[in-house]
Amino acid sequence: MSDLRELYQELILDHTRKPRNFRRLEGATRKVDGFNPLCGDRVTVYLDLEDDRVKDISFQGSGCAISTASASVMTESVKGKARAEVEVLFQRFHQLVTGKSPATADGAALGKLAVFSGVSEFPVRVKCATLAWHTLRAALNDEAETVSTE
Amino acid sequence: MKLVSDVTAPGGRRTLDGAFDVGKIREDFPILKQRVHGKPLVYLDNAATSQKPQSVIDALTHYYAAENSNIHRGVHFLSVAATEAYEHARARVQQFLNAGHTHEIIFVRQATEGINLVVQTYGRGHVQAGDEVIISAIEHHSNIVPWQMLCEEKGAMLRVIPVNDAGELLLDAYEQLLGPRTRFVSVTHVSNALGTINPIRQMIEMAHRWDVPVLVDGAQAVPHMGVDVQALDCDFYVLSGHKLYGPTGIGILYGKAPLLEAMPPYQGGGDMIRSVTFEKTLYAPLPYKFEAGTPHIAGGIGLGAAIDYLDRIGMQAIGTYEHELLEYATEAIASVAGLRIIGTAREKASVISFVLEGVHPHDIGTILDQEGIAIRTGHHCAQPVMERFGVPATARASLAFYNTREEIDALVVGLHKVREVFG
Repeated sequence: MSDLRELYQELILDHTRKPRNFRRLEGATRKVDGFNPLCGDRVTVYLDLEDDRVKDISFQGSGCAISTASASVMTESVKGKARAEVEVLFQRFHQLVTGKSPATADGAALGKLAVFSGVSEFPVRVKCATLAWHTLRAALNDEAETVSTE
Repeated sequence: MKLVSDVTAPGGRRTLDGAFDVGKIREDFPILKQRVHGKPLVYLDNAATSQKPQSVIDALTHYYAAENSNIHRGVHFLSVAATEAYEHARARVQQFLNAGHTHEIIFVRQATEGINLVVQTYGRGHVQAGDEVIISAIEHHSNIVPWQMLCEEKGAMLRVIPVNDAGELLLDAYEQLLGPRTRFVSVTHVSNALGTINPIRQMIEMAHRWDVPVLVDGAQAVPHMGVDVQALDCDFYVLSGHKLYGPTGIGILYGKAPLLEAMPPYQGGGDMIRSVTFEKTLYAPLPYKFEAGTPHIAGGIGLGAAIDYLDRIGMQAIGTYEHELLEYATEAIASVAGLRIIGTAREKASVISFVLEGVHPHDIGTILDQEGIAIRTGHHCAQPVMERFGVPATARASLAFYNTREEIDALVVGLHKVREVFG
């Protein structure tokens, strides 16, 4: 059970049960759909971008605990951040869930996102954890097409 | 368990009192001895692909070690041996399906290719603008997309037989769909996502009243029951070897000879010709007309070995055992709080799709995997089925005759663990 507890940490379960910023965002300047065709997980990310900064963000969709919690924590983590900061955060998060974090990585920089470290032990679940992030990046880059993990 | 009939085939796996000896059967499948994450493997993903008995593995090894050669062309010893082994396998498939002739058995890669072959040859020749093709609401994507592509190309319409909340096709609605514009009916024998066994004999008869040919997707049926294509009177029947305890990459298209003879070839190449000049090519007779290029020889031989193995046990005995296991499993997992079974048809093969309140199927799959239990989670290549039942995905346990009640008990314990993790 230890790997499982590592994966399904209390904070993750809490965000799955009560996802934050789970709503349609009125006044969103960008909206992008993300889809994982292998499992059917869907997420829609709403973004209010002002002066290249995430003024507000929300999401909707359906998916597993990991993908829902990841989207939820993501919205909290990127709110108020500049586009370049979001990109740095994504790279660190991606390294974390794929088990490629450099030894010198500063865990504190990830904040709450660090709870997803257990995902690296479950390679097939990496796509669950990154679906919302790929969708957010598409929104930031103003790519209107549906984002697919495949 | 007592069997209704107590005919023990030579080398059959029954004990003296007629019981189905699952312990002995499990010894035939080397992979089942494996441990996963430190736990004994509980393999409940048989609808995705089944495990292979040692005799199938041996047949593949023997072919490559002692018979490997190209077929239908060499005069040398090995080529003759390989050709005989491959054609023997075709004859075994013919007997297994009770087809009238061996030349009605076409080797393809899998059921998917069998369907595409019929769509691209028979379908393209007979379906025109304004025509209709009927499929059902519980098809695998492989029996939706090829027809959809054809209908788009021709300006024809795809009509869908609806399903009730139990997962049973509505035959009254099917009756209404059939008509003068219907050119083809393509329907699954057993639903991969729900386990429903469709009343295909009746459905074929209904289509034939309109002179409409019927293809039956038997990929999920042949592992569970004896199939007699002549008694069904189906025009085409497709199956995948790997779901029938045989190798991947080999499947079967059965077709009635007059239909196959009238159809153009599917692919051009070697082995499917009688003579070639730059002006004109004469095609080979059945079944070779549809078998361009060097086929999966080892796969065909392996499939023949799988059929030999199944014959020794008997499809009737397999069906009886699996049905009892299905009933046991259905009752056992229903004890898990918040669990709902999707697909409750009266006639079902040993497939149980379910959802667990508040837990996504993927999370169920990951947690069960840690217990060594392999199930399928997701949409099962049947997204319209998921939509019909209002779920994004399901968890699916699909049982084979080597599964045991102890394994079902392990599944139930695993599901309680899922509940524990999610609190």
